[in-house]
Amino acid sequence: MNEKQMTAPDSHYEQMIAEESVCTTENIVYEKPHTLTDTPFHYCPGCGHGVAHRLIAEVIEEMDIQEETIGVAPVGCSVFAYNYLNIDMSEAAHGRASAVATGIKRVLPEKYVFSYQGDGDLAAIGTAETIHTCNRGENILIIFINNGIYGMTGGQMAPTTLPNMKSTTSPFGRDTNSMGYPLKITELIAALPGTYYVTRQSVHKPLNVRKAKKAILNGFQYQKLNRGTCFVEIVSNCPSNWKMTPVESNKWLEDNMLPFYQLGDIKVPKEEIK
Amino acid sequence: MKELKLMKGNEALAEAAIRAGCDGYFGYPITPQSEVLEYLSREATARTGMVVLQAESEVASINMVYGAAGTGKKIMTSSSSPGVSLMQEGISYIACAELPCLLVNVNRGGPGLGTIQPSQGDYFQSVKGGGHGDYKLIVLAPSTVQEMSDFVKLSFELAFKYRNPVMILTDGALGQMMEKVELFPQQPRTNEIYPWATTGKKHERERSIITSLHIQPDKMEEINIHLQEKYRTIEKNEVRFEEVDCEDADFIILGYGLVARICQKAAQLAREKGYKVGVLRPITLFPYPTDVIRAYSEKVKGMMVVEMNAGQMVEDVRLSVEGRTTVDFYGRMGGIVPTPEEILEAFENKVLGRK
Amino acid sequence: MAKVKGDIIIDIEKCKGCELCVEACSQDSLTTSKKVNSKGYLYIVKIEDNCTGCTNCALVCPEGAITVYRKTANRKEQIAKITNVTKDMTITVNE
Repeated sequence: MNEKQMTAPDSHYEQMIAEESVCTTENIVYEKPHTLTDTPFHYCPGCGHGVAHRLIAEVIEEMDIQEETIGVAPVGCSVFAYNYLNIDMSEAAHGRASAVATGIKRVLPEKYVFSYQGDGDLAAIGTAETIHTCNRGENILIIFINNGIYGMTGGQMAPTTLPNMKSTTSPFGRDTNSMGYPLKITELIAALPGTYYVTRQSVHKPLNVRKAKKAILNGFQYQKLNRGTCFVEIVSNCPSNWKMTPVESNKWLEDNMLPFYQLGDIKVPKEEIK
Repeated sequence: MKELKLMKGNEALAEAAIRAGCDGYFGYPITPQSEVLEYLSREATARTGMVVLQAESEVASINMVYGAAGTGKKIMTSSSSPGVSLMQEGISYIACAELPCLLVNVNRGGPGLGTIQPSQGDYFQSVKGGGHGDYKLIVLAPSTVQEMSDFVKLSFELAFKYRNPVMILTDGALGQMMEKVELFPQQPRTNEIYPWATTGKKHERERSIITSLHIQPDKMEEINIHLQEKYRTIEKNEVRFEEVDCEDADFIILGYGLVARICQKAAQLAREKGYKVGVLRPITLFPYPTDVIRAYSEKVKGMMVVEMNAGQMVEDVRLSVEGRTTVDFYGRMGGIVPTPEEILEAFENKVLGRK
Repeated sequence: MAKVKGDIIIDIEKCKGCELCVEACSQDSLTTSKKVNSKGYLYIVKIEDNCTGCTNCALVCPEGAITVYRKTANRKEQIAKITNVTKDMTITVNE
């Protein structure tokens, strides 16, 4: 109202003021989903967990299944996932998230149940639970965050650590002769008849974020079909323990992680193949 | 009309689970309790729609129990000693997260892979914690096949009353032996929704979180204090025991589970010899009948504890007695069940031999 | 004119200054400020007025700290609702 009375230094500035602000509710094209709580993430700057959490929240919100969804948090960096997702959640013992999710889904078969697990949780201590949950074809979604390292305990070698990759317990690089090879558990479980949808995505670039969201959406939607386990691996970063800036870590991810852990669908429902 | 049946202990327990309206069983085969999983696999789902799942391990099954019990359903598992050892981490989580559920340990001889014969070597593990941290299970020790059945119903009642895991601690002999059982009538499965349970967050309530993680020490201490207060309440309300011929007794023999029945026969033999012997059988091993043992310790000339282990419950008896009278111990290990005669002999040598 | 006009609001208290949004922005609109927020992070600010509202920054933001707005200049708006028309009528709209 008093805009007219202001003295504009030049005509361009005057024009800007005259224009109405773009930042109005009806112009919102992207905002934090409400299914994410307002609690700030405890994750390190640049960590992919935050994006993965947000995508889960977006999918739950878009499908309008907040009242129907139960999540299972792992042990690892994402142990506090339940602080951020405004849904009913259960915190599992290390490696047992898919067993806990099995227990929930078996007694509440109508609900959407997912587990959220890191590479140590899912592919080391919880290997048996992961394989047998997938082999039974439990109708749950397993979201697997693979950053090739143990984050919470401070950067130790994970089952998914790349050959020659340094960690605090492979300080000279992972020697495959004595430390074994990185485990492609996603390919492993894709071979099981119990899995219905298996895919590997990442969240390091905008396009990948969109694809990862679609994969998570598929994982939730397929649960209604009762055809088996859905498994979404997200190749992620760990700037703190890779000892890089977030931007460098995403570059490293692209140059080193992705050639080994190739992105894309590994197993898609037969009906989808045309 | 009474429904009487001749059943194995394990089968009576499984039948009782179905009749108590149990919603889910997650287990793994191990001798001498595999009949529970077998019986439920055969009977349960068709009769009540109960979920029965053979897991890939005891580790998985206890965590399935954790997940399913977190939804507020009536959930149980069963195993035997080595399997229960594998479950201990999960049991500690369940106790801290305060999830009602039923755990059954059909105790066999240890340590290690041990033997498949009956034992009471898991008393400490069951009663003193077993897993890490300060927690308690409510522990019930049946001594008949009838109680194997009845205690299932009681266990679920106690588990939900206190939001605490309940363990039925029995042994391989009770699990395998056949006795006459009066079965209680079928109860419907309920679909009760508890506000703390993970059933899907409704708009009108805050989200439910089942967790045992409280990283702030003051919060974790608060949880611990709450748990300890709950255990004190349980100690006040839920002590159960059985006395046989204790009123006029000069001596008391204590034993739980199957051993208590052998002790009764031994006490009978002792009375025939002129010794006034009574038998006190703790039914709840936690909460422990400390007060009644203390009361008797003022009156009797001596006590003897008989167990199928190297002497575990005897420590709780001594803690109850606090030196007011002598407490002797007789035990057999490794799957050997003592006879009434050898208990009598031990009584004569140890208790009477002191005088 | 069909030029797309976008804008963003960064919750600078949530921002941890990871700069992934700076990297993702195709317009080079963003940079790290020289000030820190209450948690001590050098937060991100928008310095150019060329935002197209493409959402790339918000998509890669691990903190969910960015809200994106977009407005197209020739967006058609409903100006009137005409009901129960009984005879022909002409409506003109000033451009």
